[in-house]
Amino acid sequence: MDFVNAIILLLNYIFIPALTYGSQLALGAIFVTLIYGILRFANFATGDMMSFGTMATILFTWYFQSLGVSLGVLPTALLAIPFGIIFMILYMLLIDKFVFKYYRHQKSPPVQFAMVSIGVMFVTQAVVRIIIGPADRRFFDGEKFIIKAREFKEMTGLNEGLALKSTQVITIFVTIVLVSLLFWFLNRTKTGKSMKAYSDNEDLALLSGIDPKKIVLVTWVIAGILATIGGALYGLDKSFKPFTYFNNMLPIFAAAIVGGIGNPFGAFLGGYVIAFSEILLTYAYKKFFMYVLPASLEPEGLVQLLSTDYKFAVSFSILVIVLLYRPSGIFKGKVL
Amino acid sequence: MVGIFQSWNIALSIFNLCLISAVMTMGANIQWGYAGLINFGIMGYTALGGLAAVLISVDPVQEAWRAGGFDILMALWLIVVMVLVIRFILKRFEKSKIRTYSIAAIIISGILLIRFSAEPGIEAIEAVDPAKTGFLGGFGLPIVFSWIVGALFAGGLAFIVGKVALGLRADYLAIATLLISEIVIAIIKHEDWLTRGVKNVIGLKRPAPYEVDLQTTDWFINLVEKFNSGKLSVIENLADRQAALNQLVIEGSSVFVKLCYSGLFLVVVIILLILTQKALYSPWGRMMRAIRDNEEAANAMGKNVVKQHLLIFILGSAIVGIAGAMLVTQDGLFTPGSYRPMRYTFLIWVMVIVGGSGNNFGAILGGFVVWFLWIEAAPISLFLINFFTAGIPETNALKAHLIESVPYFRFLLMGLGLLFIMRYRPKGILPEKIEIK
Repeated sequence: MDFVNAIILLLNYIFIPALTYGSQLALGAIFVTLIYGILRFANFATGDMMSFGTMATILFTWYFQSLGVSLGVLPTALLAIPFGIIFMILYMLLIDKFVFKYYRHQKSPPVQFAMVSIGVMFVTQAVVRIIIGPADRRFFDGEKFIIKAREFKEMTGLNEGLALKSTQVITIFVTIVLVSLLFWFLNRTKTGKSMKAYSDNEDLALLSGIDPKKIVLVTWVIAGILATIGGALYGLDKSFKPFTYFNNMLPIFAAAIVGGIGNPFGAFLGGYVIAFSEILLTYAYKKFFMYVLPASLEPEGLVQLLSTDYKFAVSFSILVIVLLYRPSGIFKGKVL
Repeated sequence: MVGIFQSWNIALSIFNLCLISAVMTMGANIQWGYAGLINFGIMGYTALGGLAAVLISVDPVQEAWRAGGFDILMALWLIVVMVLVIRFILKRFEKSKIRTYSIAAIIISGILLIRFSAEPGIEAIEAVDPAKTGFLGGFGLPIVFSWIVGALFAGGLAFIVGKVALGLRADYLAIATLLISEIVIAIIKHEDWLTRGVKNVIGLKRPAPYEVDLQTTDWFINLVEKFNSGKLSVIENLADRQAALNQLVIEGSSVFVKLCYSGLFLVVVIILLILTQKALYSPWGRMMRAIRDNEEAANAMGKNVVKQHLLIFILGSAIVGIAGAMLVTQDGLFTPGSYRPMRYTFLIWVMVIVGGSGNNFGAILGGFVVWFLWIEAAPISLFLINFFTAGIPETNALKAHLIESVPYFRFLLMGLGLLFIMRYRPKGILPEKIEIK
C-alpha cells in the first residue's frame, strides 16, 4: 500500500505537472525551431509573440463572456483560441512584411536577424502592455478539477490524493493532437515536404520550383498557431502576465537547442526533457522516501537536490552541458 | 534641457546614469564592434560588479564569520581541490569516455559534498540577525576599490564563460551567454549568506559626502549663498532670506553630491575612452578587426584567434563589471531582484547598435541618447497623447487607458528606434571610421 502511495505521490507532484509544463514548452520550442530551420534565425521575440497571441485570446474570451457564450464545463478560452490565432497570424505577417522581408532579400547574416528580432521583441512587448497592461490576469472559467484530491482519497482509500486539473488534461490532449497534425503535415503533404526541402538546401529547393513566398507564409501560419495555442494553454494553466511570458522564452530556447535546433521532433522531446529535469531536480523527496523506506531509514532533511529557487538555472545548466558536448543537440543529423 | 524643464536634480541623475550606460556600452562595443562577439550576458557581469561593491565596502559581520565562516572556507577549499583534481585528470589522461564520466562523477559528488558540509554554516550565517545582516558582509574598504574588484570578478566570470562558450556559432553564443547570465542572477538572488539575496543590501558607503552633513557645513552654505547672492538680495526680510537660503542649501546639497558622482564617473569614462581609442588604432586593434572580418585569413597569418577572442571577451566584460560597481555605488544599494535582462542586456545592445558598433564615441553617444530617451519617453509620450487627444474629453475610456499605459511607450520607442536604425543606418549614428594611413 505504501508503494502505491509513493507512486501516486510522484504522479501528483512530478509526473503530471511536468507533462503539462513540458507540453507548453514543447509547443513554444517547435515554434522556435521552425523559425530557425526555415527562416534561419534565432527569434528573440518568441516569448512576446506568444504573449501577443494569448492577449488576443483573452480579449476574445472576455468578449464571449460578455455575450454570455460559454462551453459549459470547458473554459470559454477554447472557443476564443481560433480567433486569437487569426490575429496572431495577421500580426506576424505584418511584421514579416515590414521587418524581416527586407533582411531576407538582403541575405543578411543570422546575427543581424537576431538583432532585428530584438527590436520586434521591444515593440511587441510595448503593444501587449499598452493594450492589456502588465498585470496578472486569469481568464479560466468552467470546471476546474476533473478529479479532486479529496475525492480520489475517498474513492481509493489511499493516503495520497491525486488531483487532476482540467487545464492539465486539456493541455496534454491539445498538444498531442496538434503535434501529430503538424508531423503529418510536415511528413506527408506536398507543402510540408517542400518546407523540409527548403530548410535543407534553399538553392536546390528554389531550383526545383518551390515558391519561397509560399513557404514563408506557411511557416508563419504554423508559427502563429503554435504560439497562440502554446501561450493560451500556459495562461489557462497558470495565469497570463507579459513578464512571465518574456521569461519563458529562456526555457523554450533551452528546449529547442537541447532537442537539436531545426528539428521539430527534437524540440518536442526537448520540452519534456527540460520540464522533467527542472521538476525532478528541485522536488523534495522526503515524503516519497517515507513511504518506500522502512521507518528506521527515514531521511532527516527534505532530500531535495536543489532548492526550487534554482528551477530556471537547472534547465540552463542542462543547455550549457548539451552545447558543450553535443552542440547540435540530442537528436542531431536531420535538419527539420 | 531637462534641467530647465524639470529640475537640475533629475537632470544630473539622468546624466550620471548616462555615464554608467556609456561605460557598459563601451564594454559591449569592444566585444561586438572590435571582435564581432555577441555577449547577451551583460546583465550577469553588471550584477557581479554590484556584488563586488557590496563585498568591498560593507563592514564584515563578525558574528556571522564566527558562526559559519569556517564552514564556508572549507567549502571554498573543496571547490579549489575539485578544480585542481579535474585539471589534473584533464592533463594526465587521454580523452575517453571513462575520463568524461569520471569528471562528471567528481563534479556531482563534489557538489553534494559541498552542499552537505556547508549547509549548517550557511544556516548559521543566515540566522545571525536576519533583519539586518544575515550574511558575511565584506571587507569594509572604500567603495571606489570595488570598481577594480568588480572588473576582476566580471573578467573572471568571462574567462570561464569564454572557455566554455566561445567556440559556439554567433547565435548560439548569444543564447548561451543570455542563459548563463540568468544562472548568475539566480545564484546571487538565492545565496543569502553571500549577498543577502532578495533582502537587498542598503546604505552602502559613499565616495561622496552625505547631503545631511553638507547642509551643516559652513563652506558649503557660503558657497550656495555666493551662487545665489542675486536672488537672495532681492528678499528684504532677514528671516525670509534665511528660510530661502535654507531651502537653497537643501536643494544645492543633493545637486552637489550628484556632481561629485558625475565627476568620478566622468574620470572613468575619459580614462576608458583614451585606453579604448589607443587600443583601436594600435596593431592589436588592427589584428582584432582582421580577425573579425575574416577569421580564417587571420588564422592563416599566424594569429591565435581563440586566444584573442577570449582576451577581448574578458576585457569587455571587465568594463561592464566596472559599470556594475559604479551603478551600485551611485544608488547606494544592491537589489539583486532588479537585474532584468530587458534593462541590463537588451537595452545596452540597443545602445551599441544605435550608437554605432566599432566606434567608441558612437558607443558613448548611444549610451547617452538611448538612456535619455528611455527615461524621458514617458513624459514625451504623455505630452503627445494629450496633444493628439486634446479634443476628446477626459472621461473617454480610450484616452484614460492610453494615459495609464504611458510607461510602456518607452518599449515601443526603443523597438522602433532599433528597427529604423537597423534598416536605414545599419552602422549606427556614428559608424566605424578606420583611417588607412
